[in-house]
Amino acid sequence: MSTIVKVDRLTKSYKDIDAVKDVSFTLEENKIYGMLGRNGAGKTTIMHLLTAQIFPTGGDIQVFGEAPYENDRVLSRICFIKESQKYPTTFAVRDVLEVAAGLFPKWDREFAYSLVEDFRLPLKRKMTKLSRGMLSAVGIIVGLASRAPLTIFDEPYLGLDAVARSLFYDRLLEDYAEHPRTIVLSTHLIDEVSRMLEHVILIDGGKLLLDEEAEQLQGRAYTVVGSSSKVESFAAGKRVLARESMGGLTTVTVMGGAGSDDRKQALTLGLEMAPVTLQQLVVHLTGGKPEHKEAKAQ
Amino acid sequence: MVVKQKMSVLIDDSRPIFMQIAERIENDIIEGRLAEESQVPSTNQFAAFYQINPATAAKGVNQLVDQGILYKKRGIGMFVAEGSRARLLENRKEQFYEQYVVTMVREAEKLGITAEQLSEMIRRGERSQ
Repeated sequence: MSTIVKVDRLTKSYKDIDAVKDVSFTLEENKIYGMLGRNGAGKTTIMHLLTAQIFPTGGDIQVFGEAPYENDRVLSRICFIKESQKYPTTFAVRDVLEVAAGLFPKWDREFAYSLVEDFRLPLKRKMTKLSRGMLSAVGIIVGLASRAPLTIFDEPYLGLDAVARSLFYDRLLEDYAEHPRTIVLSTHLIDEVSRMLEHVILIDGGKLLLDEEAEQLQGRAYTVVGSSSKVESFAAGKRVLARESMGGLTTVTVMGGAGSDDRKQALTLGLEMAPVTLQQLVVHLTGGKPEHKEAKAQ
Repeated sequence: MVVKQKMSVLIDDSRPIFMQIAERIENDIIEGRLAEESQVPSTNQFAAFYQINPATAAKGVNQLVDQGILYKKRGIGMFVAEGSRARLLENRKEQFYEQYVVTMVREAEKLGITAEQLSEMIRRGERSQ
């Protein structure tokens, strides 16, 4: 696997606030990444830095082996779909697609128009007259049909319903299978995308919290349920991420893989063990309650 | 779309996804939906069907290749090896003892069910099939 993005001790400060602090990671060719984290964690700033839309305060970025700033060789190979992309007010859906065709060397016109049909977009309608969901669909179509070697989707589906999102996942996987490329998905809907991700980068408070294969993360934590005293004796000496009690019952979320000794101990104590989903893990690690972005999307 | 949603429900988060993919293929072989020497869907077809990463699907398929349950025909695809059904059945019977019998006996003890009552329950279960 060759590395296409190399970020080294990247820092972006605004006055005295560090939006991104000392973040290092690499992106490999032809993998699907999840860039996860809470609102304001610094994900979007990192994506803007990668795509040379802002300058870092410190650190180094190499994309396709070069610095991305004002570098057409690099930028023509990147497609960045933003949450709130602005379009010229006179543009209709068709104009956006035609401009995109000129921007991306690997643009597939036929694929783009088949997606327009899938998402039932009115080609002649002005972008300013589109609903929120339709605007998101235009972004998704540009992102997919660009076939850019580095395609970044930042919260691509505001206003899209479950059916349209599922359609996005289907088309993404189908097309990725035939035309592998590096895809970065930044999203709050972790449960929906977790199975599509090969690698997860978790950002919290501007810092890199996790940089791991998705499969490794699946075994990173587990929950144990049972009578409080037994759960506590099980949890003793283990790293507990969360604890909840109700009546005589306690649930603890334990960080770390459950070894066979742990399983035996839980079984002997009569405790139930359950795996923690990626979404739950992210919620536990980044502290506090899950976000309510979804509510905003509707 | 409705079908697709059902399919993704078939995969859960309790165990690594690649293992579940391997198990689904094993089940298809055991239950005769995939005959020996017949072609198995491609990795990409599995990925699209279950909405999972193709690398994950490939890992599940490759696990079965390593065990000799599936084999590759170059340029054509993946096939079910001869004799794989019998081998899978053998493995599964051992797992059955571990997963079901041992657990059942332990639970029966907890509930104060005697060995005799337990065998009677098994016979009752058989009759109701």
